[in-house]
Amino acid sequence: MSDAPRFKNPIVRWVDHRLPIFTFMHHQQVYPTPKNLNYWWNFGSLAGIMLVVMIVTGIVLAMHYTANATMAFDSVERIMRDVNYGWLIRYIHMNGASMFFIVVYIHIFRGLYYGSYKAPRELLWLLGIVILLLMMATAFMGYVLPWGQMSFWGATVITNLFSAIPLVGQSIVTWLWGGFSVDNPTLNRFFSLHYLLPFVIFAVVFLHLWALHHHKSNNPLGIDIKGPQDTIPFHPYYTVKDNFGIGVFFIVFASLVFFAPNLFGEPDNYIKANPLQTPPHIVPEWYFLPYYAILRATPDNFIGGWLTSWLGFIAVPAKLAGVILMFGSLLVLALQPWFDRSPVRSARFRPVYKWFFWIILLDAVVLGYCGAKPPEGAYVVIARLAAAWYFFHFVILMPLLSVFERPDPLPHSISEPVLKGGGSAPARAPAKPMEKA
Amino acid sequence: MAHGAGGGGDDPHGETRRDFLTLATGTIGAFGVAAVAWPFIDQMNPAADVLALSTTEVDISKIEVGQSITVLWRGHPVFIRRRTPEEIKAAEDVNLADLKDPQPDSDRVQKGKEQWLILVGVCTHLGCIPLGQKQGDPRGEFGGWFCPCHGSQYDTSGRIRKGPAPQNLAVPPYAFESDTVVLIGAEQEAKKA
Repeated sequence: MSDAPRFKNPIVRWVDHRLPIFTFMHHQQVYPTPKNLNYWWNFGSLAGIMLVVMIVTGIVLAMHYTANATMAFDSVERIMRDVNYGWLIRYIHMNGASMFFIVVYIHIFRGLYYGSYKAPRELLWLLGIVILLLMMATAFMGYVLPWGQMSFWGATVITNLFSAIPLVGQSIVTWLWGGFSVDNPTLNRFFSLHYLLPFVIFAVVFLHLWALHHHKSNNPLGIDIKGPQDTIPFHPYYTVKDNFGIGVFFIVFASLVFFAPNLFGEPDNYIKANPLQTPPHIVPEWYFLPYYAILRATPDNFIGGWLTSWLGFIAVPAKLAGVILMFGSLLVLALQPWFDRSPVRSARFRPVYKWFFWIILLDAVVLGYCGAKPPEGAYVVIARLAAAWYFFHFVILMPLLSVFERPDPLPHSISEPVLKGGGSAPARAPAKPMEKA
Repeated sequence: MAHGAGGGGDDPHGETRRDFLTLATGTIGAFGVAAVAWPFIDQMNPAADVLALSTTEVDISKIEVGQSITVLWRGHPVFIRRRTPEEIKAAEDVNLADLKDPQPDSDRVQKGKEQWLILVGVCTHLGCIPLGQKQGDPRGEFGGWFCPCHGSQYDTSGRIRKGPAPQNLAVPPYAFESDTVVLIGAEQEAKKA
């Protein structure tokens, strides 16, 4: 891995001297990657692929879509019926949102299991949370565009969250709407922002990758790269592995698009928006369900009263407490690098955390399940317990675990377990294959 | 690529099993990319609702001899002129050798319907709409149409006779559904007979 590769082609050399784009590409190819990455490390590249798929299909859909409250619904139906392959492109975009979130959630839980958020990767993690927030905003606004019943009432409910803010809440909601209800001005600005935000995500992904490449990928052992014997060049080893993953992923994605395109959808969204009638049961898209459950889990008095005493001078109604908790659920996730003080990254060597990881994963699933159910009876109790556990895990349990857990001994290097727990690796030959790329 | 890096170096002349696999995979991949690209290209072609409007039905029963009407077909004006016997004769008697874009009048009308001349009203020079549809319009030296942009002149068969335009006014596909209704944009089935 020489720092400045020598190119044979004189034009390449001429360009590279002025704009070192070929050197940059070369560095991406030989980028030293831990040699022990497992398939959970495929989900980062899958997320990148999904971003591209969403942008490409989205640009195409925007060629046919009309952002106007009287025409939006019909223009989407025209895409489905009249535009050549419009049905395919829309179903890819629609299900692509779900696939994007599946991939990103797995990517996040991968990071939680293997401690990828720990030093020196805290900013990498924070940028990831920023991407998640941007994705949520983009997905929400995109869901409004077809102007069906769920679009309209989802937009109404979610924008009304901001009315919980004391004093200025209602003004903010009016400002968001550009009127006195969700209407044409709302639709227009949502379309504009839905088109813009993916490119903002793209920029943050660039920063995310920059931070990643600076300290290199974490790995299943969670220990640092000790030398070239611990790495292999990204190309061809991980390009091949990523491509294989993409192939398998696209099979799943395509099965959804072709055989169950409306599996994640709500039939009510094929009814045109009607401001005079709310659908009987409003549910957000599945990827918002855990947050939605937290939002609804707030008891009228308990947490409200607790927060009131905590915040002192501001009275906190339950509505506001729910909103705070919902956004707080992402905040505590973002702060994991500081809550989790354990020096050991990978859960493989954390005998106690390993179990709590699976419990928090289950907890998120339970929250999602409760979010899909009407807020009554046992579901409310379960949702409250699950929400309480969520915050307990990230805010209280993780700092305590860092103190009380006794981690298993770490291997000395990434190569060591491969070389059967013995010899000093550095002197060995595996440095050779790297020169080939 | 693939300098037999541990792969099947079964051929001493440098062509390995790996070369074959790389090439085969690349070929299949190229087909896959093309198959995926096509919907994204084709979506920009006219959609079904646009194609559904690609024919225009016109009632010609109200057109008197010597009169013309203009209708809109696929976003362009279409001239329908009911020619007088003199105009038909003038069009048929032209010496083809005198024409810039030689074509007999019989190729530009349907047999037995010689009085109906149907043309795309777009000058073949740079796309202006020639004059000559309304009474009092200048029709040029040949009694057909006169393009105000650059002075192209068309005769009573819509053929270019003078001026910069390279070709005759185009004849759109059309079919007589009855003696009084013509469908522009559709082929006449009996026409070939």
